Amino acid sequence: MARMTMIEAIRSAHDLAMERDERVVVFGEDVGYFGGVFRCTAGLQKKYGSSRCFDAPINESGIVGAGIGMAAYGLKPVVEIQFADYMYPAYDQIVSEAARMRHRSAGQFTCQMVIRMPTGGGIFGGQTHSQSPEALFTHVSGLKVVVPSNPQDAKGLLLAAIEDPDPVIFLEPKRLYNGPFDGHHDRPVVPWKAHPLGEVEDGPYTVPLGKAAIRRPGSALTVLAYGTMVHVAEAAAEDAGVDAEVIDLRTLIPYDLETITASVKKTGRCVVVHEATRTSGFGAELSALVQETCFYHLEAPVVRVTGWDTPYPHAQEWAYFPGPDRIRRAFKAVLEG
Amino acid sequence: MNETVSGPRHKPLQLHVPEPGVRPGDAPDFSEFEIPRAGAVRRPGIDEAPEDMRDMAFSVVRVLNKAGEAVGPWAGRLTADDLRAGLRHMLTLRQFDERMLKAQRQGKTSFYVQNLGEEAVACAFRMALEDGDMNFPTYRQAGLLIAGGYPLTEMMNQIFSNGADPLKGRQLPVMYSARDHGFFTVSGNLGTQFIQAVGWAMASAIARDTRIAAAWIGDGSTSENDFHAAMVFASSYQAPVILNIVNNQWAISTFQGMARGGAVTFAARGHGFGIPAIRVDGNDYLAVHAVARWAAERARAGLGPTLIEHVTYRAGAHSTSDDPSAYRSKEECDAWPLGDPIDRLKRHLVTIGEWSEERHSQALAEITDAVRSAQKAAEANGTLITGPHPSPRAMFDDVYAEMPAHLVRQRQEAGY
Repeated sequence: MARMTMIEAIRSAHDLAMERDERVVVFGEDVGYFGGVFRCTAGLQKKYGSSRCFDAPINESGIVGAGIGMAAYGLKPVVEIQFADYMYPAYDQIVSEAARMRHRSAGQFTCQMVIRMPTGGGIFGGQTHSQSPEALFTHVSGLKVVVPSNPQDAKGLLLAAIEDPDPVIFLEPKRLYNGPFDGHHDRPVVPWKAHPLGEVEDGPYTVPLGKAAIRRPGSALTVLAYGTMVHVAEAAAEDAGVDAEVIDLRTLIPYDLETITASVKKTGRCVVVHEATRTSGFGAELSALVQETCFYHLEAPVVRVTGWDTPYPHAQEWAYFPGPDRIRRAFKAVLEG
Repeated sequence: MNETVSGPRHKPLQLHVPEPGVRPGDAPDFSEFEIPRAGAVRRPGIDEAPEDMRDMAFSVVRVLNKAGEAVGPWAGRLTADDLRAGLRHMLTLRQFDERMLKAQRQGKTSFYVQNLGEEAVACAFRMALEDGDMNFPTYRQAGLLIAGGYPLTEMMNQIFSNGADPLKGRQLPVMYSARDHGFFTVSGNLGTQFIQAVGWAMASAIARDTRIAAAWIGDGSTSENDFHAAMVFASSYQAPVILNIVNNQWAISTFQGMARGGAVTFAARGHGFGIPAIRVDGNDYLAVHAVARWAAERARAGLGPTLIEHVTYRAGAHSTSDDPSAYRSKEECDAWPLGDPIDRLKRHLVTIGEWSEERHSQALAEITDAVRSAQKAAEANGTLITGPHPSPRAMFDDVYAEMPAHLVRQRQEAGY
């Protein structure tokens, strides 16, 4: 066991995957010699050589398109899009090509590829370094979508994603890279070494795709969250003294409906939280699923706490970010509803 | 608007929109298309520096002359047997197209894309590759499959989306996939496969393999971002890939000048990337084969990518949903100066004493019979209009390797 940041955990997953399988290749903008702008691939080129970890031209469509060709050949590419905000040029390759390759070729060609991208805000990144585009991927059949919330999961989920036979979008909440940010932006940064989920096994292990985790058991209400918002929801529960059950979805597609419904049927109340914009966000899907499966157990309408339907602002970042106060108000609404 | 107090300081700007010059009713005009004599263009060594062979992007490699002789430094690499096989492949493709067009008109399928006039490009190219190499084709390279010996009945099963369709009724007709025949699944989205071919070639180099990839794109689709992505990746990583542009003059109703812009040729696009670029007479079977083999040798020798512009003419409609008489001169096809690929190869074989009208008629009869038999066999498996089709249950398979719970629920909801 070792204490790791999320960056170190992700790096460790790359390292172990590359060590045991020479078909794993890693590339993207600045990921080679430099080791990535967030340092997630640091040291890999030195250890495995420049034909297995290398820099790419600044062309996201090219990075994903080349990765698809490599996967069709039989390699297992793990590519990095420097920020999720930059993935749009690659969207056609992801949606029309990677996601449908197995289906349209009836299994002749497949796309075992992981597309990693830092997501979310809270770093004063403005509108081009803060977005959470997960719903643009969950809407596409053929993709799997993963959002880890801590170093322990990040490593196990990434190793599972690399071994998964289908394309996986791996969204890394960048605000969590160095510590479990709980939304109290005015307080000192807490490092991962002070958090139990910062304790990471040295060797390889997997966290299965499609299994949620209950981060905080409770009986008063259920919070459905993922990524950064898991920690913010936990803080809101502590701040409010509400016995909330906080579920960390970990994987959005496939989603863990069993864990979701078991919890909501137990509590009868549900708050859905995500940082992305609200309309047609993944929270809409979660609300619909809860309504479809738990309607007769619900004591109050499902409430969503999300980013506003605006571009992610710079100076007004904390007015946009769905922080603990807004979640607390949602708790009040579902408890009184 | 925007006038200064003293009046306009500059002449107003005007948008330039390229036009082909010849539209329906006009006389065809290819006078600006400079065509060198067959045999006139040099053959550089495969290891010649890219900057020393820039001339190759502004001429046209041609082997067959008007007399039907194979001449010049690119000639002499195919035996009479090879040439007869090539002729058979092209005749088969043309016959296949005829029958499938008819089948589409009869309602046996929804859509078809023919290869008329461009048969030499894919048929000759395929013979320059080795088994194991991978093509990333568009929808107009069926010749790769036919020249590679892929069963005609399987192609038709796909076109008819019948019970034996290898793609289980999921894809539009002609969007074939044949991994074992070096034929990557055709997307239908334009240009996306160009960069994927480069990725496949990079993977082959990473794995220290000896196989190479071939990318395919049309003149119109070179405008797509993925063309440029492919060019920069192929160049930067010196990928073992052949980058083919099939310039058949027309992108549905849009003439090639819209995509080419101010560049003199499509091949010249290679120069900014330091990629050797070569133009070839796409209606000359021998020239296409020779240039393809030269590029394949470069790739396999580790000398990196080659850009080939195949200059040809789309003699038919874009697809069965298209009527070219609405936008181009009906006489243009007959005026096309590079002739018909089948006529030219046939004439060559006759000229060198390896073919005759009798043998041609006999071959044509055999091919017609073979295609008819293949169609009969395919129709026994069903057509789009009559069925049987693959089960709707198959729609839910292969979305993922393992069906996730939400899809299982949806399949049950759908009643399958």
